[in-house]
Amino acid sequence: MTDLLYVAALVILANVAVSAWRVLHGPARADRIMGAQLIGTSGVALLVLLYLIHGSSGVLDLALLLALLAAFAAVGYVKSRSADGAGDPEVAGGEDP
Amino acid sequence: MIADAVTVLLIGAGLFFFVAGTVGFVRFPDVHSRLHALTKADNLGLGLVVLGAALQAPDAATVLKLVLVWLLTLAAAATVAQLLARSALEDGAP
Repeated sequence: MTDLLYVAALVILANVAVSAWRVLHGPARADRIMGAQLIGTSGVALLVLLYLIHGSSGVLDLALLLALLAAFAAVGYVKSRSADGAGDPEVAGGEDP
Repeated sequence: MIADAVTVLLIGAGLFFFVAGTVGFVRFPDVHSRLHALTKADNLGLGLVVLGAALQAPDAATVLKLVLVWLLTLAAAATVAQLLARSALEDGAP
C-alpha cells in the first residue's frame, strides 16, 4: 500500500512540474497566478499523501497553511492589478468590467 | 484490508481527476477556460484523495481536520476563481 502511495505522490509531483511549466510559459499574467494556485493545491494533495505514508497530524496543519497561502497569493495579485480588486458589480456605482 | 483497497481506489480516482484538471489547464485555449478546468477538476481530485485518507485516519479529530483541509481549499479556489476571472476580463483576456 505504501509504495502505491509513493506512486501517487510521484504523479502529483508531475502535476507540480506541469503547472510550473505553465507559470513559466503562461501568456497572460493570470495564467501564472493560476499555475501558482495549482502548485498550492497539488502541494496540499501531496501533504495529505505524506500524512498517509508516515502520518503525523502536524503535516495536515501544514496542508491547511499552504491552502491558505496559495489563496492569498492570488488575492494579492488581483489587488495589485486594481485597488478595489477588479471592482464589484453589485456595489452601487461599481463600474461594469 | 478492505479499507486499504478502498483507499487506494479513491486515491486513484482522485489522481485521475487531478491529472485531467491539469491536462485541461495546459491544453485549453484561453484564460477563462483554463480557470474553469483548474478550479473544478483539481478540487474534485483533492476531495477524493482526502476521502481516501479519511478512511485511514485513526481518530475523528484527524478526519475532521482532513475534511477541513478540503473545505478550505474549496472556498479558496472558488473565491480566487471569481477574482481572477474578473481581473482577467478587465485586462482584455483573449
